Amino acid sequence: MAAPSQDAGAIASIPALLDRNAKRFGNKPAYREKEFGIWQTWSWAEAKEEIEALALGLINLGVQPGDFIAIIGSNRPHLYWVFPAAQMVGAIPVPIYQDSAAEEMAYVLDHCGARFVVAEDQEQVDKVIEVQDQLHQFEHMIYLDPRGLRKYDHAKLHEYAHVQAMGRAAIDELTPELTARKSKLAYDDVCVMLYTSGTTGKPKGVVLSNRNIIETSKNSSEFDSLGPGDEVLAYLPMAWVGDFIFSIGQAMWTGFCVNCPESPETMVTDLREIGPTYYFAPPRVFEGQLTNVMIRMEDASKFKKRLFDKYMAHARKVGGKILDGESVSAGDRFKYWLGNLFVYGPLKNSLGLSRVRVGYTAGEAIGPEIFHFYRSLGINLKQLYGQTEASVFITQQPDGQVRSDTVGVASPGVELKIGDNGEVYYRSPGVFEYYYKNEESTKSTKDAEGWVATGDAGFIEPDSGHLRIIDRAKDVGKMANGALFAPKYVENKLKFFPNILEAVVFGNGREECTAFLNIDLNAVGNWAERHNLAYSSYTELAGHPKVLEMMKGHVEEVNASVAEDEMLSGCQVHRFVVLHKQLDPDDGEITRTGKVRRRTVDEKFADIITALYDGSEEIATRTEVTYEDGRKGYISATLKIVKAKTVPASAPKAVAAE
Amino acid sequence: MMDAQPAEGFVTADGRKIGGVVMEMKNITLRFGGVVAIKDISFDIREGEIRAIIGPNGAGKSSMLNVISGFYVPQEGEVIYKGQKRPPMKPYEVARQGIARTFQNIALFEGMTVLDNVMTGRLNYMNTGLLSQAMWWGKSQREEIENREVAEKIIDFLEIQNIRKTPVARLPYGLKKRVELARALAAQPSILLLDEPMAGMNVEEKEDMSRFILDVNDEFGTTIALIEHDMGVVMDLSDRVVVMDYGRKIGDGTPDEVRNNQEVIDAYLGVAHD
Repeated sequence: MAAPSQDAGAIASIPALLDRNAKRFGNKPAYREKEFGIWQTWSWAEAKEEIEALALGLINLGVQPGDFIAIIGSNRPHLYWVFPAAQMVGAIPVPIYQDSAAEEMAYVLDHCGARFVVAEDQEQVDKVIEVQDQLHQFEHMIYLDPRGLRKYDHAKLHEYAHVQAMGRAAIDELTPELTARKSKLAYDDVCVMLYTSGTTGKPKGVVLSNRNIIETSKNSSEFDSLGPGDEVLAYLPMAWVGDFIFSIGQAMWTGFCVNCPESPETMVTDLREIGPTYYFAPPRVFEGQLTNVMIRMEDASKFKKRLFDKYMAHARKVGGKILDGESVSAGDRFKYWLGNLFVYGPLKNSLGLSRVRVGYTAGEAIGPEIFHFYRSLGINLKQLYGQTEASVFITQQPDGQVRSDTVGVASPGVELKIGDNGEVYYRSPGVFEYYYKNEESTKSTKDAEGWVATGDAGFIEPDSGHLRIIDRAKDVGKMANGALFAPKYVENKLKFFPNILEAVVFGNGREECTAFLNIDLNAVGNWAERHNLAYSSYTELAGHPKVLEMMKGHVEEVNASVAEDEMLSGCQVHRFVVLHKQLDPDDGEITRTGKVRRRTVDEKFADIITALYDGSEEIATRTEVTYEDGRKGYISATLKIVKAKTVPASAPKAVAAE
Repeated sequence: MMDAQPAEGFVTADGRKIGGVVMEMKNITLRFGGVVAIKDISFDIREGEIRAIIGPNGAGKSSMLNVISGFYVPQEGEVIYKGQKRPPMKPYEVARQGIARTFQNIALFEGMTVLDNVMTGRLNYMNTGLLSQAMWWGKSQREEIENREVAEKIIDFLEIQNIRKTPVARLPYGLKKRVELARALAAQPSILLLDEPMAGMNVEEKEDMSRFILDVNDEFGTTIALIEHDMGVVMDLSDRVVVMDYGRKIGDGTPDEVRNNQEVIDAYLGVAHD
C-alpha cells in the first residue's frame, strides 16, 4: 500500500490533520453545538485556536508526554477538542463511558493510571472524587460545566475555560515546547486508548496507533466517498470506537462537520434540524424510531393511515430496488415518486433522515423488517461489521450490494479468513497494537502474523463473497443430542419483534432450549393502553396473562422460522419466562453497549433457569437491582413458566433447499 | 428577636455569602373579617439566604407569602423592603420591585409553549410598544433577542431544553412546577417566593427540585423564601426557618434550633390547643 505510507511523511497524527484542515478549510464549520437554543459554530481555524489554547493549558498544568488523560462526558465539541489537545502534548486520551458507575470508572482510571481527568460536569466530577482515594496516579481534574462546582476544593480542580485562559496567557512562553512536542509525534505512536465494554471479565484497554486510525479513516472515507461537505450528528458514547472513528478519525481526515446535540433528550429535534448526510445508529435506535412511527400511525386519522399503508406497501415492493439501481417499471417509478411526495419525504423529514447519503448500522443484527423499512424509504442504510480491535471496520456493504442477512464484504485493506472452528479472523492496517498491561490477552487475540480472532463464528457466502455472522464463537455449543446450539441466532429472531426488547436463550448441553424475554416497555405499554389493560409497574405488565399470551405467539412464530433451518432446528424454544426486570448495564447483566453477559445472567437467575428445566409451573424469585446512584434494592415476583409449541424437527420443510 | 447573626452579613460554612436584611416584616396582622389569619408576626429575610416558612395546615403560611408578594395588604404592621417602608401596592408593582413567585396550584399559560411561558417572566424588562413588537424591527428586535438569551440560559440551567417548544398543557406535573420556577427566575428577582414547590411530587422529583433550588441560590445568589410541608426538605434546604401555627409565630431560627423547640414539636405532634 503505497499511497497511505506516502501520506505518512506529511501527516502522522491527528494534530497534523488539524493543522492541514485549518489551512485548507479555514472558515468552514468544523464543530457545531446547540446551546441556549441556537447552533453555535466553530470553524476549523477557530477550533484549532481553542485546541491549542487547551494544549498549552495542559502543558502549563504539568502534562508530560506519555501521560494518560481520561475524558468523561457526553458529546460536546469542548470534549472532542481534548483528544487532539492531549495528542499534541504527547499524552494519550482515554475516553470513558459517562454512564459508568463510580466503581467501574475507578477500575479504568486505575488501570491506565490516568494523571489527568477531563470531566463534563458536577455529576462526573463527583464520581471521580468518590473513588479518587483508590487512584494513586490521579492528580488533576478539569471540568467543563462549572455549575454547582464553585464551592468545591479547587486544589485539584480546574475549570476548562480557565485552563485555556492560562494556556493563552502563556502562549509566548510555552509555544516552543508545544511545537517541539508536536513535531515528535510519529505514525506509530499511540493515538488513543479505548476500553472494550467486555462481555466477559474486566474491560481491556485497546491501544490504537496513529497509523491504525489515519489509514482506517482514509480507507473508509474513500469507500463511501465522504467529503468536507458531509454532516454528522455525534450522539453515541465518545468512549465507543465507532464514535471515535466517525467524529474524530473520519472528521479530521475529510474535514466534515461534527454536530453535537443540546442534550440526549433533544436528540430527535437536533437530528431534524441538522439533517446529517452521514449517519450511524445501532439497530436499537432504528427499531425505536420505527416503533414510534408505527405507534403514531396507529393514532393517526383513518385517511392518513390508509395513505401510509398503501404507499408503504408500494415502497416495500420497489423502494429497495430503486435504491440498488435495479430496473423498475416507469409506472412503479411514478407511483414511488408520488409516494415520496406524500409519505416517504415527509416521514424522512420528520425522522431527520432526509439528507442521509450513507447510513450505517452495526453492533447487533438488525431485523430484516426494520432494515427494509428504511431502505424502502430511499435511505441508503447499510450494515458493517467491526470491533474496537480493528479500529471499527472489518466488513461493510458497498452501495448496491446491501442485504439484511450479511455484513458485507471485507473493507478496503482488510483480509479475512475463517478458522477451522468457524471463527472469523482478519488482518488490516487498523489492527490494534496491543492490550494495555495485558500481554496474555494480546497474544491470544492477535497472532504473530497479525491475524486477529474476532470471537465470532461465521462463514463467507461462496457466490457473493459476503460475510455472514452466526453467533459468538464461544456461545455456539452443542445440545445434548449433538445438534448445533446458536443462541444469538434465535435471540435475534425474537428481538426482531418490537414487543421484545431483549432475549436470552439457554440450551447448551441440554435436551431442549428455553428462554428469558424482556418486554419493550414502550411498545407493550402502548399496546396495553390500546387494549385497556391496566398496570402499575413494569413487573406487573411483564407478568400480565395477555402479555404472556402475546409473547407465546411471538415465540411460536420464531420456532416455526427456526425449524426451517435444518442445522439449527434443535434451537426451538420449548419454555420461556418473561423477566420481571429489564436487563440493565448497572446490574452487570448487559454491557454498556447492550450485549448480554451470559455468565452473569446464568449466575444471577440460576433459580429461574432451574425452574425452566425441572417442570415447575411458576417460580418465586427475588432479584437485586442497582439504582443509578449506586444504591441497591430488591424486586420480588412470581414468574409463570410458559410452554410454547414447537415444530417437529422431522417435519418436511415447506420450501425446498436451493 | 433573637438573632446571633451579624447584621452586616457573613459567609456560611459551605461558602455562600449571606448579606444584610433585605426584607423585614414588622408586627404583621392580617384579618379576613373576624378571622385572624396572621397575628402580630415579625421576622426578616437576609440577602442570599433560603428562608422557609413552615407550619401545619391553616397556620397562615400562604397568607404570609401573599403579604410578602403584595397580594394581601395587612391591617397592621409594616413591610420594610430594602430599607424602606413599602406602601400598599398592587402585585405587579411588587413584581417590578424584584419579587417573583411560583404558585401552589400551578398558574402557567397552559396553551403556550414552555419558552413563551418563560418569556412572560421577562415582561418587566420589555419596554417597546405593542405596535413596534408586532413590526419586530430595531429596538424591539434587539430587546427580544436579549430577553430570549436570558430565558435560554434559565432553560439550560433547569434542564428543560427538550420541552422548550412543548405546550405546557402536555407536560406532567413535576415538569410544570419546574417551568413555573423557570418563569419566576426569568424575572431575575432579588427575592424569589416559592409556594409549596414540592407539593404533589414523588421522591425523585423532590430531589431534583431541591437540587435546583440550591443551585439557583448558589449560582445566582437569589434570596429565596419558601413555604413547604415536607419537613425533611425544609430542614435540609433552608438556612433559617419561621414556624407558624394558628396565625402566630411559634419558632424562628436555624433548622436545628427549630427542631428542638418544644412549642414546635407540640404543634407538629398535635398537642391539644386550648
